[in-house]
Amino acid sequence: MQGGLERATGEKMVLNFGPQHPATHGTLRIVLELDGESVLKATPHAGYLHTGFEKLGEHLDYNQYIVVTDRMNYLSPLSNNFGYVLAVEQLLDIEVTKRCQYIRILMAELSRLADHLLWLGTAALDLGAFSVFLYSFREREKLYSIFEKTTGARLTTSYTRVGGVLRDLYDGCEADIRQFISNFPKALKETHTLLTRNRIWMDRTKGVGAISADDAISYGLTGPCLRATGIAHDIRKAEPYSSYDEVTFDVPVGTNGDAYDRYLVRMEEMIQSCGIVTQVLDNIPDGPVNLEDNKITMPDKSDAYGHIEGLIHHFKVVMDGHGVQPPKGDHYCATESPNGELGFYIVSDGSGTAYRIRIRPPSFFHFQALPLMLEGGMVSDTVAVLGSLNVIAGELDR
Amino acid sequence: MSEENQVEEEPKPLVLEKLEANHADALLAQDESRGTVVVVIHKAQAYAVLEYLKTDPELAYTFLVDVTAVDNSQMESELMQFDYARFMVVYQLYSYQGQGRLRVKVPVHENDLSIPSVTGLWQGANWLERETYDMFGINFDGHPDLRRILMPDDFDGHPLRKDYPLRGRGERERFNFDKQNV
Repeated sequence: MQGGLERATGEKMVLNFGPQHPATHGTLRIVLELDGESVLKATPHAGYLHTGFEKLGEHLDYNQYIVVTDRMNYLSPLSNNFGYVLAVEQLLDIEVTKRCQYIRILMAELSRLADHLLWLGTAALDLGAFSVFLYSFREREKLYSIFEKTTGARLTTSYTRVGGVLRDLYDGCEADIRQFISNFPKALKETHTLLTRNRIWMDRTKGVGAISADDAISYGLTGPCLRATGIAHDIRKAEPYSSYDEVTFDVPVGTNGDAYDRYLVRMEEMIQSCGIVTQVLDNIPDGPVNLEDNKITMPDKSDAYGHIEGLIHHFKVVMDGHGVQPPKGDHYCATESPNGELGFYIVSDGSGTAYRIRIRPPSFFHFQALPLMLEGGMVSDTVAVLGSLNVIAGELDR
Repeated sequence: MSEENQVEEEPKPLVLEKLEANHADALLAQDESRGTVVVVIHKAQAYAVLEYLKTDPELAYTFLVDVTAVDNSQMESELMQFDYARFMVVYQLYSYQGQGRLRVKVPVHENDLSIPSVTGLWQGANWLERETYDMFGINFDGHPDLRRILMPDDFDGHPLRKDYPLRGRGERERFNFDKQNV
């Protein structure tokens, strides 16, 4: 391959990659400047899926905005729901019930599994490993059935509410999840045998798209991409939110910060998530899921239909200017989403609508660092690197 | 009353102590809210303070989490507090060495919408500042490539300003929806 590079004429060719390309998994665009097969310059362009989510936040009330958070990282909407309501709750200075915290962790970890599985399937598919795609989608489908039964939707889950969740887990949910968790490590092992020591997979990912730890920090990389460079930073451990301090898990790290390490880190994170899910199921306490504060959460439906007080509370919560109203001030709350640090910065003016909502999406930073990982490499590695970063256009452009 | 006194006796966060010692003239306000230290600093010293926060070995706020802005034009109390500066540029910082999170705010007046770029300190600031420019029209001096990022290059206006309407301005005029339907 190197011989071919030397024979290159020195003429530059500009190749437009995206915004509609099977390997972009969304609407991303990269303009590549090529000399033969080597990438001289890569310029990522964002904004093709810009939807004005931040502007919308200034016009919807706090509970209405949960629906918008589904559409940010549409591969793990439950994590977004979680991160957003946590920010609002911290702004309100309230803490939800223990059972609710456990349910949220449970769903966040399951959605981490689903997100990593989709990443695994598509990243492998981009490099030609079709079976991995089928295996990981088979597992992901089981998770989506659980999500559908719990939240009523596969993708637009909108499961959390300020002060609680939509509803408690369904009957038999624990058995479903336990069955999934008991089979999952075996299913993941199939992928390990297909990829981890696979000559082609290693050639295509090892040393490809490497980034050093210092560069990763300077570019603001978080999540598996940061941990692949060797920095053991996980917000769940560093600043435990909800009940993450009550579960034990390891933070896997890589050494080279390349596509192969990002793959290994994500694979191990899935195993760790399984451990968290098991611990949560073992220790989940009984009790109410929603906060019993009628100024924040909706009353029970039986209460709303059967009692005048319940009906009044119900109306008060949904009426403009009577529902959730955090005190004046601002707050930044970060959670560890499957892709990295997902932050919500909310400025409240004391009314029922946020004065400003800023979303700090992990993909924005990963996509920005792309030139550093591509330049000097081969054009065919573009797909491998882009796949390893798991850039989600929905949260990139918001 | 005694409880309140106890709260006041708690040790000051290291970052506030060090900023007071080294950059006292830059500090406009300081606060600690929900576990995060918040400082408001003068625009003139913004770059120097951020550089200090990043490079000081004890503080080491090496991770620039976010750069954004808030248009305070409809928030009278904020406006009054900082000499009627319409915009507040907000930096979220994080230190991997145990200092935790820090929020740095810099008031920017509408008649001088420029602020020094921090791309020299953090590579990741590049796109963040581009987005802030795109959405609020704040110019970052010294930015290597300050152009729109989310909105089209020929777009007019800055959508996250409070005077920009939710449903846009002018975009629909190109289509003859009204004429056809009436």
